[in-house]
Amino acid sequence: MRGLLLLLAAAGAVAAAEPRRSGYQDMAASTQVLQDDDAQNPAMLWVKDGEQRFAADCARCHEPAALRGAAARYPAWDTDLAKPVTLAARINLCRQRYVKAAPLAPESDGLLALEAYVARQSRGLPVAPDADPRLKPFRDDGERLFRQRVGQLGLSCAMCHDDNAGKRLAGSLIPQGHPTGYPVYRLEWQGMGSLQRRLRGCLSGVRAEPFAWGSDDYMRLELYLKHRAAGMVVDSPGVRP
Amino acid sequence: MARALIRTPALARPGEIVEIRVLLQHPMETGFRPGVDGQVLPRDIVTRMEVHFEGERVFAADLFPAVAANPYIAFPMRVTVAGNLVVSFQGDNGFVHRETAAIRLA
Amino acid sequence: MTRRRSLLLAGAGLVLLRPSWGTPESLRAAIDAFAGGQAVRTGRVTLAIDTLVENGNTVPVSVSVQSPMTPADHVQRIALFTPQNPLPEVAVFHLSPANGRAQVSTRMRLATTQPVIALAVMNDGSVWRHSVDVVVTLAACLEGG
Repeated sequence: MRGLLLLLAAAGAVAAAEPRRSGYQDMAASTQVLQDDDAQNPAMLWVKDGEQRFAADCARCHEPAALRGAAARYPAWDTDLAKPVTLAARINLCRQRYVKAAPLAPESDGLLALEAYVARQSRGLPVAPDADPRLKPFRDDGERLFRQRVGQLGLSCAMCHDDNAGKRLAGSLIPQGHPTGYPVYRLEWQGMGSLQRRLRGCLSGVRAEPFAWGSDDYMRLELYLKHRAAGMVVDSPGVRP
Repeated sequence: MARALIRTPALARPGEIVEIRVLLQHPMETGFRPGVDGQVLPRDIVTRMEVHFEGERVFAADLFPAVAANPYIAFPMRVTVAGNLVVSFQGDNGFVHRETAAIRLA
Repeated sequence: MTRRRSLLLAGAGLVLLRPSWGTPESLRAAIDAFAGGQAVRTGRVTLAIDTLVENGNTVPVSVSVQSPMTPADHVQRIALFTPQNPLPEVAVFHLSPANGRAQVSTRMRLATTQPVIALAVMNDGSVWRHSVDVVVTLAACLEGG
């Protein structure tokens, strides 16, 4: 019932002139084809790997079909750590706690493969951030980070992605920055990457010191970004320029 | 850690021309790109793809550094009988990989 | 000699020693080798590629050639060339009547704005071409990490 209400709300939001555009909508048509055609989408190579890893490690507890909606909902609260965690962090926590296996390194092919496989289960669903009230202070921190001026160029995320989205910077279109397609195969990287990798690129881009790998600040930003993108369609695993 | 995806039609009618689509996971390092330390990364590419159907070569490709990473190659094939399609790759640093897909008749 | 002067000379030396990328000579040599020395005619080949590309790292490209693909009349090989990439060759595809149709699709890298050239050699030795000018807004080949 709750899911249906969310879907109706999402549909309603879309019906009333939706001002939000995903990175997918901003791409050239031929890049959209790369994403839409599973036979051409390079991310499907990681999904295939993820499927095999899932069967080996995760299937003992999880039905793939039951994970539909998980990626659309994350980050979510972790009781033991008493804080929210991202999907990638959750995958590693499960590995340590239940599979009794070592965590996979950030941005490693294995971790990206599992994340891509799980995220794909949510493809087509609306971004539906968890309504858990415990997430709110972290999400508010994320919004503060989004609006905070950083780096040698003294830019905040909001200055480009809220105020100047749709305009061009050095020949490239400035997107609104909705994380609907992660993990993505980015043509710029010629490989797969997480939202964390992309955010680090943004921070370097404004000549700011990126937060350390695995920093909770990425989780806080993601919480805010998902809230900002609530109702938009999940298109993971995406292709981006 | 090579992974390849081969897309063939689920079923084909004898005489039908179908599209075979191949996607291979490989960095196709060009040999022109500087790494993080400024040194040019050595070339590491796939140089040859061959496709055999029931022992007969039906397609081949010679690849150079200008083929994009995670190469995608699609080509047509006229289906006559059901059988196994074998796609094999070779490249720098002793790279070899082989993947098989079934062609089934309707 | 001052340090600055010796550095400048060393830099000049480096520039001179760099391999000559994308010269007309290297392109002509590559095409001659593919075409078996035959004259290249325009026609029969259709190169499908975006004329404006947002990222030169992964550019979808398709080549199709008018041909019945019978044993008596078929395309033997199709090739793609780039005059201004570090190397002129992109790929050579080997076909036969078993393909039924002369068509191939792939994804290529473009270092800079340039024409992309598709050539096809027929079983009778004739060689045909089609060229499309492509504008690249973000280059491949030279960017690091």
